[in-house]
Amino acid sequence: MAEVRYEKASRIYGFGGVGAVRAVNELDLNIADGELLVLVGPSGSGKSTALRMLAGLETVNEGSIFIDDVDVTLKPPQDRDIAMVFQNYALYPSMTVGENMGFALKQAKVPKAERRAQVEEAARILDLEPYLDRKPKNLSGGQRQRVAMGRAIVRSPQVFLMDEPLSNLDAKLRVQTRTELADLQARLGTTMVYVTHDQVEAMTMGHRVAVLDHGELQQVDTPRRLYSSPANLFVAGFIGSPAMNLIETDRTGDELHFGSTVVPLSDDVQADLKASASTRFVVGVRPEHLIQTPDGAPCGATVVEELGSDAFVHASMPHNGTEATVVVRVDGETAITRGDNLTIAIGGPVHIFDAESGVRLGKPVT
Amino acid sequence: MALFTRAPKAEPILGQNRLVAHLLSFLTWIIGLMFFFPLFWLTVNGFKEESVASADPTLRFEPTLDRFSEVTEANSGLLSFAEAFGNSFWIVLISTAFVMVLAIPAAYALSIRPMKKWRDVLFFFISTKFLPIVGIIMPVWIIARDLELLGTRTVLVVLYTAMNLPLAVWMLRSFFAEVPKELIEAAQIDGCSLIGQIRQVLLPIVAPGVAATALLCVIFAWNEFFFAVQLNPTGASTIPVWVNSQQKFQGQFIASLSAASVLATLPVVIAGWVAQKRMIRGLAMGAIK
Repeated sequence: MAEVRYEKASRIYGFGGVGAVRAVNELDLNIADGELLVLVGPSGSGKSTALRMLAGLETVNEGSIFIDDVDVTLKPPQDRDIAMVFQNYALYPSMTVGENMGFALKQAKVPKAERRAQVEEAARILDLEPYLDRKPKNLSGGQRQRVAMGRAIVRSPQVFLMDEPLSNLDAKLRVQTRTELADLQARLGTTMVYVTHDQVEAMTMGHRVAVLDHGELQQVDTPRRLYSSPANLFVAGFIGSPAMNLIETDRTGDELHFGSTVVPLSDDVQADLKASASTRFVVGVRPEHLIQTPDGAPCGATVVEELGSDAFVHASMPHNGTEATVVVRVDGETAITRGDNLTIAIGGPVHIFDAESGVRLGKPVT
Repeated sequence: MALFTRAPKAEPILGQNRLVAHLLSFLTWIIGLMFFFPLFWLTVNGFKEESVASADPTLRFEPTLDRFSEVTEANSGLLSFAEAFGNSFWIVLISTAFVMVLAIPAAYALSIRPMKKWRDVLFFFISTKFLPIVGIIMPVWIIARDLELLGTRTVLVVLYTAMNLPLAVWMLRSFFAEVPKELIEAAQIDGCSLIGQIRQVLLPIVAPGVAATALLCVIFAWNEFFFAVQLNPTGASTIPVWVNSQQKFQGQFIASLSAASVLATLPVVIAGWVAQKRMIRGLAMGAIK
């Protein structure tokens, strides 16, 4: 049980050289005791590197990392009291499930009887009791994943580190394990840092989610606020599935257009827009916030994705002299098919970003 | 013989490829027989009388074990079979042990935690093999003489260790490089010391590779003749020198030489057989994934 703090922590490859790359750049992040924080981002965003810095597997070139107010920046992994689950599980192939789970305790010279009791307790929590004497190769993917979890929880560490632990499972098992993992973390109350590239996993599991891109922290917030109030263009495009409609538009005085319609702007956005010298902006609307209305912008359906409960209509909309593709959520029982014409308008929250800097206009939605 | 393990059942091949497949297996058999035949003939000759062995090649003869008893009992040269066998055994065992003790940490440093310029280091290791041994025998001989090591087992232990080390480092490095890095990292996080990571996590996984490497070192050291005959041709020498001493300068010696060669080959064949069984089991266990 501990809180974790990154203070301007950077990981730089090729230090001092011409091609020096900041894989993680001046990361500032506070993770509360007992929190499940998800680090999410596309590949190459530095999320795994940030996690490995906390684990002690990557050098911290600048800044520091604290676990429970102890500076661990220069400590080797074994002195950090952490446990990690790897994407490929990294189970020791020559050891049985029981030996795998008890390995850390054995290294800590815990007496055999006590070790056994702790391993059995962890096995009970994870339904692994019948498999304790098996070798990892005789287990299914899901079971291996649980053994990796067992190896982590058996030591009651201060922090759990998860590096895409579900990405080797099939889709159905992944969804099931996701829930189990979140439940387990809540029951144990141990701080967890969880890395994933899957924004759905991030949104469903995290108490808070930190979005990274190109080694920079973009935003850290609760899943709901990330969704309702993305801080910049990157977060807006990354969070949400299907993605937010992001339509670039030129300003016409202090007005912005969405197809043939004028975008309704709140007072604070209006104020920011007036104050801004930029000419190009991006209008962001989630598919569920587009409505069909007779006086909306005309567009033509190109693809209809039926998901049962909902359907998503991909439509081509004349906008700013070209055709822009927008996605509209409609009822699952829709009669719209390819080639149909519809008229749409913004019927919910709208997000305006500066096209150059990507920064959000107006106050964050609370 | 278990040296040949059953291959997995082949998929049926159709059409034109079938002809190619047959041709390939035919070629494989020819090459296999080309390698096998000299050994076969050597063994056959060992069971012949000298007069039969020196006459036209034949498979129709009265087999006898006399040549084997002659070469093992006779003390014609400076070295008896028992002495040579004992010397070889210890020299090979100790030099191989040294090689493994030195090569495992070196391979770890070159694969799992590659330091700067590791490629250059690796190349340097193998570059020591570029020079023909005959080109360095003079300085080696002089150094051995000055250290009063001529005619000792020690000089061969040292040279065989040096001779096999680059090969062992290269082989072990490639085996270690196959091990997922996360396993070592997991061991680190689990609180394992560096020695523990190698001993408890790495070595059990790469055991088949370590066995293969050790076997190769054993074979090379067991068969080494040049250093042995130059630096240690007398009572402290090894099996290849003893085999050579079975050549007589008058009379016929083909059958005796064959018998001696068979005896010299046998321990390596047995070692190979034992090691191969272990290696295959290790690999079949799917040790890594």
